[in-house]
Formats: sequence, C-alpha cells, structure tokens
Amino acid sequence: MEIFLQQLINGLTLGSVYAIVALGYTMVYGIVQLINFAHGEVVMVGAMVALSVISALAGSVLPPLVIVFAGILCAVPVCMAVGFVMERVAYRPLRGAPRLAPLITAIGISIILQQVAMIVWSRNPLGFPQIIDNPVFEIAGAHISAVQIVIILGSLLMMAGLTLLVFRTRLGIAMRATSENPQIAGLMGINVNRVISATFVIGAGLGAVAGVMVGTYYGIAHYTMGSLLGMKAFSAAVLGGIGNLAGAMLGGIMLGVVEALGAGYIGEIMDLCHISGISDALAVRCAQDGHFVLFGSNYQDVIAFLVLIAVLVFRPSGLLGERVSDRA
Amino acid sequence: MTGWIARLEQLRTHQAAPWLGVALIVLTLFILPFVLASVGTAWVRITNLAILFALLSLGLNIVVGFAGLLDLGYIAFYAVGAYCYALLASPHFGLHLPFWIILPIGAAVACVFGVLLGAPTLKLRGDYLAIVTLGFGEIVRVFLNNLSQPVNITNGPQGVTLIDPFRIGKIDFSRTDDLFGLAFSGPIKYYYLLLAVLVVAIVINLRQQNSRLGRAWVAIREDEVAAQAMGINTRNVKLLAFAMGASFGGVAGGIFAATQGFISPESFVFVESIMVLSMVVLGGMGNVWGVVLGAILLSFVPEILRYTVEPAQKAVFGRLLIEPEVIRMLLFGLALVLMMLYRPAGLWPSSRRKRELSETDQS
Repeated sequence: MEIFLQQLINGLTLGSVYAIVALGYTMVYGIVQLINFAHGEVVMVGAMVALSVISALAGSVLPPLVIVFAGILCAVPVCMAVGFVMERVAYRPLRGAPRLAPLITAIGISIILQQVAMIVWSRNPLGFPQIIDNPVFEIAGAHISAVQIVIILGSLLMMAGLTLLVFRTRLGIAMRATSENPQIAGLMGINVNRVISATFVIGAGLGAVAGVMVGTYYGIAHYTMGSLLGMKAFSAAVLGGIGNLAGAMLGGIMLGVVEALGAGYIGEIMDLCHISGISDALAVRCAQDGHFVLFGSNYQDVIAFLVLIAVLVFRPSGLLGERVSDRA
Repeated sequence: MTGWIARLEQLRTHQAAPWLGVALIVLTLFILPFVLASVGTAWVRITNLAILFALLSLGLNIVVGFAGLLDLGYIAFYAVGAYCYALLASPHFGLHLPFWIILPIGAAVACVFGVLLGAPTLKLRGDYLAIVTLGFGEIVRVFLNNLSQPVNITNGPQGVTLIDPFRIGKIDFSRTDDLFGLAFSGPIKYYYLLLAVLVVAIVINLRQQNSRLGRAWVAIREDEVAAQAMGINTRNVKLLAFAMGASFGGVAGGIFAATQGFISPESFVFVESIMVLSMVVLGGMGNVWGVVLGAILLSFVPEILRYTVEPAQKAVFGRLLIEPEVIRMLLFGLALVLMMLYRPAGLWPSSRRKRELSETDQS
C-alpha cells in the first residue's frame, strides 16, 4: 500500500508536468491541425535557460525563492521567442502545403534546437542547482516533497489560468473561432495570423515552466531531455483527445500515474516465479535467484508508447475528444 | 570550337550513345574501389557505408516518397535485420548459418515488424503515424538494450561481437584474395556485393514506381479519399508499402552486421532514422535516382567536414570550437527545413512531380 501511495504521488507530479507540456501540443493542434514536433525542445530550452540563470545567481544575496522565480521569468520569454520564431520560419510559409511538409520542417527545427543547445550549454547532463531546501513530508507512509507539492499546485494553477484565458477573454474567443474555421474567423475581423502566433507563444511559455519543473524535480538537465518528454506529453494529449484542453490535462495526469504505477509494479507482475510450476527449468532458476523478471522497471519508457498505441487502436479520438473528421 | 560541339552533339545523338554511357558508368563503378583503395582503405569503407545508406533510403523512399507515410522509426527495421544476422551467425548462440539463408529471414522478420507496426496505425492520419513510428523506434532500442535479462538474447548494451563475415563457397569476405593479379581486400568484396544489391534494389524501386501498386501509392499520397473511391484498398496498399520498406531495411541491416562484425543498440538511435529521412528529402521524395544521390551526398558530408572544418577551425581559432559531428547534425536540420521551404520536391525531383507542375502551368 505504501508503494502504491508513493507511486501515486510520483505519478501525479510527473503527470502534471506532462499535462502542462501536452497543453502546448493540443493548443497548437486545435488551431492549425499540426503536431508541433519541436515543442519538446522548447521545454528543454526552458530548463536550460532557467538552469543558467539560477546557477549564475546562486551565490548572490538574493533569497533562493526569488532566484528560482528569476529563472522562470527569464526562461518564459526566451521560450516564447523561440516559439514565435519557429512558427514564423517553419510553419507559416507551409500553411496549405501537403501535411508532410510542416512535419519535416518541425523535425529539422527540433534537431537544430538540440544541437544549438548542445553548443551553448553542454554535451553532458548538467546538474540543476538545488538551492531551495526541500523538506519531505510523510503521508500514510509515503513521502511527498515540497517540490512535488509546488509542481502539482503550480500546474493546477496554470491549467486554471489557461482555461480562463481560453473561455473568458477576447483572445480566447478568437482562438476558439480560428480553430473552428480560420476563413470565417478571418471574415469576422479576427487576425488569424496573430491568433496562431499567440497560440504558439502561450504553448511555449507553458513549456518553459514545465521545463523548469522537470529540471528541479529530477535535478538534471540535458540537451536531449526534450524529445522523450515531448513524445510522452504528445501521447498524453492523444490519450485525452488531441485538440481538447481538458483532455490534455486529464491525459497528462493519467499517463503520469499509469507510468509510475507501471514502473512500480511491472517487475512484480512480470515475475514468472509466481507460476514457477509450469516448467522445471523455471523452477530451478527461481530457486536460485528468487525471481525471474520478464520485463522490469527499465521498460518504464515503453509504457507511454503502449498507451499511445492502445488509444489509437481502440479510441483514436481520445478520452474526451469528439470524433475528428479527416480534413483533406 | 563549333566543330567540337557538333562532334559532341553527333556523339550524343548517336544510336549507341546511351549504351556507351552505361558502359562508362559500369566501368567507373568497377574500378572505383581500386582507385579508392590506393588512397586508403578507409575510403572504400566509407563508400560501402554510403551504399548501405542508399539501400536504406530506397526502402524509406517506398514509405515516405511513394506512399507519403512519414516513418520516423525506420532505423528499427535496420536494427531488426542486423540483430537477425548477428544472432544467427555469431558465437553468441553458437549458430553459424550462411548469409543467403539469414538475409531472407532478416527481411521477412523486418517485414513482419513493419506489418505489426502498420496494422494498428495506418488507418490513422499521417501525423499520428509519425509519432507512433518514432515511439516504435525507441521501443525497439529499449528492448535491444534490456533483453539481456532474464534470458540473454541481445546481450544488452554490450552488443553482439564476432559476427561472421559473408562467405560464398571458399571466398571469405573478411580476407584478401588475389584474383587476376589484383588484391581483392574485404571491403572491396563487400563493395561489389553492396553494388549488386543496390542495383537490384534500384531495379525493384523503378519497376514498382510505374506498376499498379506504385500508382496506387501515389494516388494515396495525393488524396486518400479519392484513391479509396477509385477502388484502391488503401489499408492493404499502405501495409504493403510499410512491409516492403521494412524488408529493405532488414536486408541492409544484415549486410551492415556482416561488414562491421559488431553491433550494439548504439548504432540504431533516432538520429540515424533522421539521417535516412534527410537523405530521402534532400534527394527528392519519390525519385529513385534522387534518393540515391541524396544518400551518397549526405554520407560523404561527415568525411568532407572532417577534412575541411576541423583544420579550418584550428587554423582560425587555434582549437576545435564546434565538432564536425555537431555541424553535420545542424546541416541535416537545416537541410530538412530549407528543402521543405524552398525546394519541396528535392534536388532531383521525380518526373511525375515535374509533369504535374508543367500541366498546371498550361491550364
């Protein structure tokens, strides 16, 4: 039970980060029906920028909390700029081109971002400076750290903020109208290009915060950290129903929990020694080692993809998504 | 001056001209490895790798170029083929099957993997496919890395060593043989073998292009709904594209394992998939010759960079600021973006694309 609760807490933490990144994918997809492949790299840039700022200020007299906020405040605009430029350079000229074209440019952009990050920062993983003391609380035998609490609460706050933005502001109305039908939205006096830019910029800003969260949580940042995170977040967006904001949040948190519980229990489930009666050779191995694990927790990264494939096979529209028609 | 041009023109329009050209190309390709070997055996190896990448690109071209399905995990099939060969012809399991048995097995297994991957995803839109294939590539690598426990199948991150070279009768591809007074070293023998396989692959690709199947692929690429309305079984045809592309990868992987003698999961990372994709995109999606050109160009880029960028940086800055490896990746990224923006049909566009363009001009 303690393991269950512990993995649930870890899953919720990771899941809220996935949710924030997934929001970036789903917003862009909802508006231009395009997978922003380079979004994971934006998250990485956010983590790296924050890391530099925090490291630079770490020795100063400023209180630690202020330093972390300074890191976030620097990361967000940088990522927003990256998102803006990316849309201008790689996606806007290809609007209306065959679907393959923007996908390929997106891959190109993500490679360029990775390599540039490697030149600017480092080829090796960088340690995220741990400047805030991180007290650990105990709930029913499971541990939850202050960072985890902040990540979960911060994510919820951002989700609430984004929901307000989309459903209660003029920009939100414009975004929803554009996603419904860009041409008609244009006729209604909406500057479609500006709305699309805004979507990319907001998504990138969220990604930056997510990057800082991941960095602080794992205590490490690497120039390739964005790709796997991006893929998982995309899986989360698909799980929830791509194009659907609530779906991305739900999908992200669910994926995080499933992954953490999976990692916690897969070794036990896949231990063939439960059924060592089926073969003599197996019984001998079990008597020797005590366990015979077919797939252990090192397969954790596979779980997200299996979820993705399962969703695509059984419910392609996702948990909360409506049936998406194939727009030619 | 004009006499020269007239004579050249005469030669060009002469009946035997195409055959003369072919003969010249064949002769060049035949003596090429000896010329390269006189510079250094390393260059023969690089050429062999270029041909391998050309094979891979031809396989990916079927999927991406003909059928328009973006596959970002293509290297997984290469890995499957390579591991098939490595496990069936090395001391790891004590199996030493001859290559002409293993290569078809590798192709078939890769083919099965292609269908396994394609079946659940092909009814979906293209961009989902891209992500799922990407994930598939990663999954295969995770498995290769971890399938050393509890039963040692892949030997984990250490990889498989001492893989048998090719053997045809008494000819061992790892040794040097003297034939007609020429020293046929291992890499040179592999060169001829690879060249032969490449020619077969090109012929298959060219024949497919204008076959019923090839036209079905293009129809799906251009408009899936219309293709379906014309009576094409889109799912099966797409699956075929996937399976065929995968089997090319499987064969290339087998030859790769034999030439290297050692493989590990490190050889099959995502970056390699991107490299093959860049080759296809740069050369011209859908055009067989363009794809081969793209593969050969991009295969030689790292070597050229090593001989130009490194000394140049050392001369200017006194030390190596940016490694050639990084520049190569940056170039790949830039190539993908710039090609899509300015020359989406590639360096050597397919004739069909050209025809389509000229038709729209007339109307």
